[in-house]
Amino acid sequence: MSGKTLTRADLSEAVFRKIGLSRTESATLVEMVLEEVCETISSGEAVKISSFGSFLVRDKNERVGRNPKTGEEVPISPRKVTVFKPSNVLKERILEAHSRKNRADNDDTYVPAEVRAAE
Amino acid sequence: MIKSELVQVIANRNPHLYQRDVEMIVNAIFDEITEALCESNRVELRGFGAFSVKNRPPRTGRNPRTGEAVEVSEKWVPFFKPGKELRERLNEA
Repeated sequence: MSGKTLTRADLSEAVFRKIGLSRTESATLVEMVLEEVCETISSGEAVKISSFGSFLVRDKNERVGRNPKTGEEVPISPRKVTVFKPSNVLKERILEAHSRKNRADNDDTYVPAEVRAAE
Repeated sequence: MIKSELVQVIANRNPHLYQRDVEMIVNAIFDEITEALCESNRVELRGFGAFSVKNRPPRTGRNPRTGEAVEVSEKWVPFFKPGKELRERLNEA
């Protein structure tokens, strides 16, 4: 794992770079998009982004939990939770990027397809 | 809500932008998250949540119908953990 963490600032920078709005406006728009997604999920409605994934809202029934420190039983109230279901496109892209890197790391004789094509 | 509806909402609120620009902005955001995940990076968006990649080591699985053992190769899967604010807002009402 490379351990880098991206934040809103990196997303704004990408919008600034790709779209060519000012940095301030890029930041405002990133915030607006994230807020709209949050707002929709909060209202209980699912958000589906094609080729990325879906944010779904699930209802959880009441159940009995346990305080792991004291062993005491506590009721957990019924609640709504957000679940992210990645699209097949996203899953395949991540799997492909990682297995390619893995092959390259473990095999000195492995030449990536792009390099082979260029030779 | 699907992506085109999200684009529409944002475009309505920004009459100075073309709808296709808004579409590019929305795409840029999700593409950037996708690329970060492809490189095993985390994406942390306070209030919203965090995206990361989880590793599933190779294992010996079983075909539930035949009971036959099958090798399941190593996998990397995207994961989203909702942020505190999103969790709380969802349970406010």
